[in-house]
This record gives sequence, C-alpha cells and structure tokens, in this order.
Amino acid sequence: MQPIHLAWVDYTILIAYVAFVVGIGWTLARYMKTSSDFLTSGRSIPTWVTGLAFMAANLGALELVGMAASGAKYGIAQAHFYWIGAIPAMVFLAVFMMPFYYGSKARSVPEYLKMRFNEPVRALNALSFAVMTVFASGISMDALARLLTNLLPWKLGTHILGMNFGSYDIYLWICSGVVLIYVLKGGLTSAIYTEVLQFFMIVLGFAPVVYLGLRDAGGWHSVKNALQGVATNPAAFNLQPAGVHYAPDAWTSVWKPVLDGPAANPLGVDWFAVVFGLGFVLSFGYWCTNFLVVQRAMAARNMTAARNTPLIAAVPKMLFPLLVILPGMIAIALASMPNKNYRIPPPIVSEANYDKAVDAVKNAAPSDTAAVKAVGNALGLKVDAGKVTKLIADNAANKLSDAQIHDGLYNSIAENDYNSVILSLLKKYCPPGLLGLALTALLASFMSGMAGNVTAFNTIWTYDLYQAYLMPNKSDAHYFWMGKFITVVGILLSIGAAYFASMYNNAMDIIQLVFGFVNAPIFGTLLLGMFWKRATGIGAFLGLFGGIAGSTVFHALTTTTGNVDAAGHAVNVWKGGYLGVVAKFPSEMAQNFWLAIFAFAVCFLVTVFVSLATRRTKTDEQLKGLVYSLTPKTVDHNQPLWQRPPVFGTVLIIACIILNIYFW
Amino acid sequence: MGLDIRWPIGLMFSLIGVLLLIEGAIGGAGELDININLIWGVVLLVFGVLMLLGAVRGRKTPPPS
Repeated sequence: MQPIHLAWVDYTILIAYVAFVVGIGWTLARYMKTSSDFLTSGRSIPTWVTGLAFMAANLGALELVGMAASGAKYGIAQAHFYWIGAIPAMVFLAVFMMPFYYGSKARSVPEYLKMRFNEPVRALNALSFAVMTVFASGISMDALARLLTNLLPWKLGTHILGMNFGSYDIYLWICSGVVLIYVLKGGLTSAIYTEVLQFFMIVLGFAPVVYLGLRDAGGWHSVKNALQGVATNPAAFNLQPAGVHYAPDAWTSVWKPVLDGPAANPLGVDWFAVVFGLGFVLSFGYWCTNFLVVQRAMAARNMTAARNTPLIAAVPKMLFPLLVILPGMIAIALASMPNKNYRIPPPIVSEANYDKAVDAVKNAAPSDTAAVKAVGNALGLKVDAGKVTKLIADNAANKLSDAQIHDGLYNSIAENDYNSVILSLLKKYCPPGLLGLALTALLASFMSGMAGNVTAFNTIWTYDLYQAYLMPNKSDAHYFWMGKFITVVGILLSIGAAYFASMYNNAMDIIQLVFGFVNAPIFGTLLLGMFWKRATGIGAFLGLFGGIAGSTVFHALTTTTGNVDAAGHAVNVWKGGYLGVVAKFPSEMAQNFWLAIFAFAVCFLVTVFVSLATRRTKTDEQLKGLVYSLTPKTVDHNQPLWQRPPVFGTVLIIACIILNIYFW
Repeated sequence: MGLDIRWPIGLMFSLIGVLLLIEGAIGGAGELDININLIWGVVLLVFGVLMLLGAVRGRKTPPPS
C-alpha cells in the first residue's frame, strides 16, 4: 500500500480524537478512589454504555480489517460469525449466565470459577487468560504501528540510550503511551467510555465509505450479479487455485453453499462444523466466558442492566455485517468489473523490486518464457504468466513508460493481500476530511483493543493472582496501587508482545493457535458449572486441563489438505500435523471448527466422568447463586415487558432467524 | 460514574462535523460527483448536537439508580 496523502483536516481529526480520549481519562481520574472504582467501575455504568462497550470491546481493528478481508474471500457466508455465532451466544449469556456472574458478586470470571469449583480451576483460567490478553493487545499495537508506518509519509528515526528507534518503534511507543495515560487515569471506566466513542467513530466513519462503494458498484443488485461471476470462476481473481468453480450463489447466500458440503463453498466447511463448531463451541466459548467482554456487563449498575448489556450489544452486532463484511464483497465485485480499474491490493512490494521487475520487462524479448520467471523473481511474488507475457509484448510493440509498466506489473501480481482491502477502499473513495474520520476510527479501534485487554489483564492480575496467591489481606489502597502499577506493566508486556508479533512472520498464527487451545474447552467447564450441581472441582480442573491438552494433540495430528506434501507429511508445522497426519480438512477454518468441537467434547466428557467418580466438596447451600437449579429464579415482573431479558432475547433470536432466512 | 459520556461524544462529533463542513465548503466535491463532506458534516453535526442535548437533559434529571 502506497502512503496515503493526508490533509490538515485529517490530522486535525486524528489529534482531536487523541485529545478527547486523554481528556476523558483526566476527567474520570478524580472519581477513582478505590480499587473497585478503578478495576470494575464500581458497578455504576448506564446500560446503553455498557452495551455498546460490550460490543465495541470485541470490535478491534483486527476484526474490521479481517472481516472485510473475509467478505472478499468468502462472501456473505462470513456472516455466520454473527448470525449463528455471536447473536445466539449473547442472548444465552444475557438470559441464562449473567444471573450467576453478576449475582455471585464475583469480580471476574476466574473468581466465579473459584466460588463454584476451587482455586486450581481459577488459577488455570486466570493464568491462561492473562497471557492471552497480553498477546491480544500486543497484536493490536503491532498492527497499528505497522499501519502508521505504511500510511504516514514521515521516515522517523532517533537514538535513545544507544538504541535505534525507527518509525515503527516510535509509533508503537507513542500510541501505547496514549493508551497508558487514559487507562491509568480512568481505569475500566476510561476504557469503556473510549470503546463507546470508538463504536460511534466506526459506525459514522465507515457508513459513508460503504455507501460510496455500493453506489459506485451500481447498487446491491449489481454487486450480487458481479459476485455470481466471481463465484463461478474464483481463480480469475486469485481467490482460489485454478480449476475451482462454485455455484453462482456461493458468495451471496449464507446457507445454500454450506449445506451443499465443504467442496461447494469457499470456507471449505460443512453445516455441522458451522452450527456446532462455530455457532455452539467457539461463539458461546468466546462471548459467554471471555472476561474481556463479560467484564463490561459486570460493570452495569444492577442485575437487569447487567443482563440487558449483551442484548443491547446484540442489536448493532446483528447489523454490523453491513459495515464490515459488505465492504469486502463490494471490493471483490469491483475487481470483477473491468471498467472500475480496481483490484484487491497485492502484497506490498518495495520500489527497488518494482524497478528490477520493470528492467526485466524492458530487457525481455517477446514470447520469452524465461522472462516471466525473471519478473516473478524480481517482484518476489507469484505473477500471472499471461498478463506478464502480454505486458512484455505491448512494451516490445510500442515502448511503454516506466509508470505504465509499473501499473501493468501491479495488475499482474497473482496474489492478494486481503488485509489491505479496507484501506484500499478508504483511499479510493474518501476525500480529505472523511478520510481522516475513517482512519481515526481505525486507529481508535486498535488503541481500544489494547485498552480493553489491559483493563481485563489488570483486574485478573490484581484480584485473581496477586490478591489470591501473593499478597492476600492487604488494604484496598494497596490493591488500588497494585492495579495502577500492573497497568503500566501490562502496557510494557504488550509492547514486548507487539515486538514478538512483528519479528516472526507466523507469530500471528502461533498466537491464534494458542487462543484456540485455551478458549474452546472453557465453555464446557462453565456450562457444566452453572447447570449441573454435581460437577466437582477436581472434575472441572481435569476437564479443563484435558480440553487444552486434547486440542493440542488434535492440532498435532491433523492438518489441511493443502498442507500435505507428496510423502504425506505436513509442510508448515504451524498449520498442524507435526506428529503425523491422521485426518485432513479441506480448509483451515474447518480444522479450527473441528478442533473446537473436539476440545469441547473432551472437556465436557472428562468433567462429567471425573465428577461422577469424585465426591462433592461444596454443599447445596454453598452453591446457591452459583448453580441454576439451586438459585431462586430472577424476578423480572417489575420491569416493563420489553426490558425483561427473556422477552428482549426472544425478539433478537426471531430477528436473527429472519436474517438467516432472508439471505438463505 | 461522574462524567456523562454524552458530553465528550457530543462535543467531538460536533467538532468533526464542523471540520467536514468547512472542508466540504472550501474543497468542493473533489473527484466524486457528490459533496460527501458537506452531507456527512451535517449528519455528524446533528448527531453531536443531539448527544449534547441528551447530556443537558440528563443533568437536570439524575438517572434512576
């Protein structure tokens, strides 16, 4: 991606946003009096605010960038992450699980696990979660620093204490510094407030871009028509290897391609993996157990507000595919329209390599097959042989300028950098002003990705590790101080994680992998904990541990079809199969979904069998408020009908079913 | 929690709305055939002012606890 030219108005919007978030932190600082104010917002935030924060906490820039990328790669089927994944999970959390989280007065998910089971379950969950938050916030900051380095025109460099700081380092440290200031000043409330600000930035910053893109592409019907052409020949746009063809509606219908089996849809998944793996295990596992989002609901001012938080979040969540997946679909539709002169951006190639490739084109004789290879080597990427041959012939016939050859080369690269889709649309459609708004929205979501993870990290550390095991029975002032101190440490660890992510090419794969191992089984533990009073502490611990170990083994023994060489061994060991290939999946997504199903099943079964074989250590009385059958039903009758979580939740589920059918 | 979030939201979007309006008025439509800055500037300004009105009303009636 070439640097984007920014005007004064764009910088002004960017600076105004930073000034506002720092200002919010500063204003909130005087209300921070106890550790609870700082780490749990003193349970005092209005419902619509916790609701939007609940949604926005997950809406990191990686999600924005990634969903647009997937919209191009897979089409509307990506909406499964919303319409079969997130929404039912959020309703389940609100109606069935929130009463135990909020009602138990636990300050965190691990603390609930301690109350329900025992200390080892808490420690296992707290530790794995703390590590995950640090890496998640590191990934956000790495992506942000990379984005700014590629986007902003300045080449910065300085020496501090004999160390060389380039543009990347400077952006990384400055942005982390901004996050540190507002989180340190206003704690969780600051993070929640800036998430709400970010939510509106994203909605109001991206809506006009989607509108302009849709308008340019000729409206939804025109996009739909174009996508039929894409689906029948995805290889023409480097979406799939040559020879792969799908039914015309593979990019535009949600269920039909999935019901036709893994070979009929670009996701490479079947309906069972979608419904059970993505819908049940992964989505419920994420939305119902991840403290990052659950913490937002726990900050609500009363039980009804806490239960309504995920439901309020579900309303915009249901419509978000319009803002995040649709742009990717528009992009690939535009790429298939010859008169639009647009392609999915190729991976970044340095100007030096372009120069070498331009020379290779100039020096080549027409119909010289070796020249195509030379051009590909100069660019360091796969190229479309036909397009390069034509470029060489055109140049031989009538001398092209260097710039024309450069453009020809850009268009002949046969690889796509899907993560640049959203930026390329911003660049194509946004005039100065709007560009500043959209870029600031992106920047805001990266920074709040860090803030959200750091505020979850400091709570888990202070309450579930430090207070629980290292320094119990200290004064609140001591824990308040520790909360602030660990915030600084959390930011520093995140910066370290960002460097880790930037140093290794597959750092991202590794981290995602570990998330998968840890996230999938925990839902089994919480589900049994909340709804089966017979589940014992030792059963839960062994189940959780077995689930994590089981997913590691599953990953070591399976891989994707494309990742197996002629001898039957895995090529890239980070994609699994390093201990041998027992099973192969058509796509990485299918592998992930089945891994989740397996991990959940192991956790569930081990917990059940060990629980039946061990003695209960907690009495019914101790489990009151923690287990469904032992807790008095929450009374909603004093609430207006539409504010009762079961009613609100049912309406949401019906709306979600309608969406699934409409885009069937 | 002390600060009503509608103040910063309202102030910020009013400010950005005004910035886009100025840019739209001076810069014109640019390469597009509609002046999106002008249109969106109005939308943001209206949103910002509505948030500010909400914050003013909220100050008079404290929220139920």
